[in-house]
Amino acid sequence: MRPRSSFRVVRFAAAAALGLALAAGAQAQEPLKIGLVYVSPVGDAGWTYQHDLARKAIEQKFGNKVQVKYVESVAEGADSERVIRELAQSGHKLIFATSFGYMNPTIKVAKGFPNVAFEHATGYKTDRNVAIYNARFYEGRYLAGVVAGKQTRSNVLGYVAAFPIPEVLQGINAFTRGARSVNPKAEVKVIWTNSWYDPGKEREAAMTLISQGADVLTHHTDSTATVKAADEKAVYAIGYHSDMSKFGPKAHLTASTHDWTNYYLETTQRVLDGKWKSGAVWGGIKDGYVKLAPMNPVVSKETQDLVKKLEGEIVAGKLHPYAGPVKDNAGKERVPAGKTMTDDEMQKMDYYVEGVQGKLPK
Amino acid sequence: MLRLELRPAPSAAASLATPLVAIALTLVSGAILFAALGRDPAEGFRAFFVEPSSSAYGLAELMLKAGPLMLIGTGLAIGYRANVWNIGAEGQLVLGAIAGTGVALAFDESDSLLVLPGMFLAGALAGAAWAAIPAWLRTRFNANEILTSLMLVYIAQLLLSWLVHGPWRDPQGFNFPQSKLFAEAALLAPWFEGLRVTNAFLIAIAGVAIGWLVIERSFLGFRLRVSGEAPDAARYAGFDAKRAVWVGMLAGGLAAGIAGVAEVAGPVGQLTPNVSPGYGFAAIIAAFVGRLRPIGIVFASLLIALLYLGGESAQIALNLPAAITGVFQGMLLIYLLAADVLIRYRVRFGHRRARA
Amino acid sequence: MDFLVAIVVATVAAGTPLALAALGELVAEKSGVLNLGVEGMMLAGAVAGFAAAATTGNLWLGVACGVVAGIALSFVFAVAVVTLQANQVATGLALAIFGGGLSAFAGQPFVSRSIDGIRAAPLPLLGEIPVLGPLAFSFDPLVYVSLALFGAVAWFLWRTRAGLVLRAVGESPEVAHEVGYPVARIRYAATLFGGAMAGLAGAYLSLAYTPLWVEGLTAGRGWIALALVVFATWRPARVLAGAYLFGGVTVLQFHAQGFGVEVPSQLLSALPYIATIGVLVIISRDAAMVRLNAPASLGKPFHAGD
Repeated sequence: MRPRSSFRVVRFAAAAALGLALAAGAQAQEPLKIGLVYVSPVGDAGWTYQHDLARKAIEQKFGNKVQVKYVESVAEGADSERVIRELAQSGHKLIFATSFGYMNPTIKVAKGFPNVAFEHATGYKTDRNVAIYNARFYEGRYLAGVVAGKQTRSNVLGYVAAFPIPEVLQGINAFTRGARSVNPKAEVKVIWTNSWYDPGKEREAAMTLISQGADVLTHHTDSTATVKAADEKAVYAIGYHSDMSKFGPKAHLTASTHDWTNYYLETTQRVLDGKWKSGAVWGGIKDGYVKLAPMNPVVSKETQDLVKKLEGEIVAGKLHPYAGPVKDNAGKERVPAGKTMTDDEMQKMDYYVEGVQGKLPK
Repeated sequence: MLRLELRPAPSAAASLATPLVAIALTLVSGAILFAALGRDPAEGFRAFFVEPSSSAYGLAELMLKAGPLMLIGTGLAIGYRANVWNIGAEGQLVLGAIAGTGVALAFDESDSLLVLPGMFLAGALAGAAWAAIPAWLRTRFNANEILTSLMLVYIAQLLLSWLVHGPWRDPQGFNFPQSKLFAEAALLAPWFEGLRVTNAFLIAIAGVAIGWLVIERSFLGFRLRVSGEAPDAARYAGFDAKRAVWVGMLAGGLAAGIAGVAEVAGPVGQLTPNVSPGYGFAAIIAAFVGRLRPIGIVFASLLIALLYLGGESAQIALNLPAAITGVFQGMLLIYLLAADVLIRYRVRFGHRRARA
Repeated sequence: MDFLVAIVVATVAAGTPLALAALGELVAEKSGVLNLGVEGMMLAGAVAGFAAAATTGNLWLGVACGVVAGIALSFVFAVAVVTLQANQVATGLALAIFGGGLSAFAGQPFVSRSIDGIRAAPLPLLGEIPVLGPLAFSFDPLVYVSLALFGAVAWFLWRTRAGLVLRAVGESPEVAHEVGYPVARIRYAATLFGGAMAGLAGAYLSLAYTPLWVEGLTAGRGWIALALVVFATWRPARVLAGAYLFGGVTVLQFHAQGFGVEVPSQLLSALPYIATIGVLVIISRDAAMVRLNAPASLGKPFHAGD
């Protein structure tokens, strides 16, 4: 590392002149070091797995122009700051911090490394060298809701959820609105597990929902237990994060998945080109960040076509899951007819929409 | 066949030698493990032990992580010596963090120099109060403190979860579960720009020093030890067993509460759902690996902290999976604990002749 | 009716892994060995069971491997605390860390592999009895195994000579030694039985309950099993009742949420722990009762001096 220091000064000066351009692409012999910080083990499905798919895409596309490292199971909180800093210190010029809890640590570390590009997933703080990226998960949820609404016989849909934060509520509410757009009698029951990741509890919650009459389940937790439970009890399930069909081939109708590949490839290219800039990206189906997994053959052609059509409308900007009127489940109007909920309002969501049973735990 | 012979007196030479034996065993097992993973063992050890401790930043991080361990470990050791088994330090730490945050949020506008001491006072009291529950249940109802203090860990974590998801959620934070960032007056300033070690480390050292005085030099420590080692003798001498429970539990609770404040006011800077990376449990191991003596606990804490940092650096440098850290830690700790046998016993091979 | 059945079935399923692990720990503790590493042994059993089942497709081989893995870890523990006289509390905690790391590491190739787990199935004939059939005779086979084990352990501890010896070792190893019983060997056996049960409990989680393997699958159930033993004052029947009570509280908590009960969910999640403390207090108030059941030498090393 040492012999290159003078060289680095030159590059840094150039970068400074460009504002905040990063690692020059001209020195092709020196690969761009990229680091990713994961909150859990990679596993075979789930939040981190989706990020890791995108990491593999980077390696595949850029080959020896990049050198990618990841650190898994990094606890949110004080430890993550050290890991992020170590990545920055060991020459990684592009760092993806892939969990919300890394937000403040990332901001802190970034101040000391002005020539490193930091990318933080799902947060809300940016800086000159900290960009944020997120996906409009609720768009996929809306379409999943349409499938669920069409498929249910009992008109009770079950939702296993981790914590009542806006991202989760956006999903629950969009799912409910999607379902009720095709089946006004559909109701959604929610059970909170208070844990992102406890397969036993998730399964128990799923079983409870089934015994309370739900015949289509979905979840916003990190394991595949909900899909697995649905498969065992011969009801339907809609996966989340990843295509979970292999965990419940009969039950799995589809899944609302995220795909970070496009974003990671574009970002890497920008850093290689020296054109990276901080910003805030909240991409949806249109950008390829949110997708529906292939449908189970039990979903009728008619429903599949409908979903295709609605997907096209979302892409075209003609359909928005939170187009007014939006009422909460206490009857209060949240968005009047003719208006659409703003991004800001969505990010502060703290209520259930009409059609969700029960009260939000406070 | 292996058999043990009680030494007439604990061996001083062995008490120095056992950690070396344990480390040697760990190195051998570790080398096998790394080789089995297709990694060069020398590289593995370098990443685990040398890398993290070979820069100013690494050393600062080592202090940052070892501080709470040694502070809590010493507090717990006071109780353990009296046979008071507080294994709920993790919950007491969480309560300390909560109380410290309460003060920080209440005096958000203030830039008084008293905010930080107030936070530490509140945290220490809250940690002690949480430890007082099992102490009271033990002295009043005879309920086993191992279990009650452990159950209270889970309750404390849920209380924390409720606070950060509900009343103490940052109003500007888009409903994400964390408190506001603390104001400047509620934060411990780092000693050096870019390093995270703060005066919390001095507090931990002071705590260990007080613990040393109590354990090794005070009549109170003597009484606690007697009630732990010979309860009947203690009773005969008029030492109150209930008092030992109270002192033992509260010492651990105070220490853990202080450590909790040091976390929120230090590296974290706010209250989050996961303020502690398991310090309360790791400190129990630090206490035993340190043989319940403050000096030993300091070294044990440094070692455990090093293992944590080493696990991260092994991931970054060698792409070793995170899980390897747990295997490695558990192995070293079991060896250390088991090797202690050499202090009190001689190991002999061969069958002992049956006694008549 | 269906609803009641669902609650009962879910309660038994949630309670069984707790019951198995607690039963093993009970036997170990009765001999005077306190093994706090149940969580680690359960994880080892869960991963070994799942790996074997996923590789060979044979679920019962998986169960056997889970048991063996539990025994293997408890053997490490027994060597450390029985032979080498290490502190039981600290070694148990270290074992929990070790088992957690080892299982996470060994289980990596198996994370989220899909298997068809051990399914609940109505027993022939008995399962067809109206009402009682679905309520009592429609569980998965391991539930019946667990019930049989409870019967066997209760019988062993209080109706056989060997059980009496084991309890005597837990009460007073010195006396047992003087009388000529091999204290260390008995403690080894009891500890290994505890490991076997924890391994079985883990295998139940990964093969029947979830059925999948992910890192940290047990999510704290090993610690609850420890609490249950005391909760039950070292009585097998009470361990079983306590395990089902615990399972039931979890299940009912979810049902309450499903029906929209307005309580912070964290408070509901805390209920089982508060309940344990409560029962612990009620049971422990009567010092005589605890003394009657708690092994007097619990947690204390014993060395047969020369």
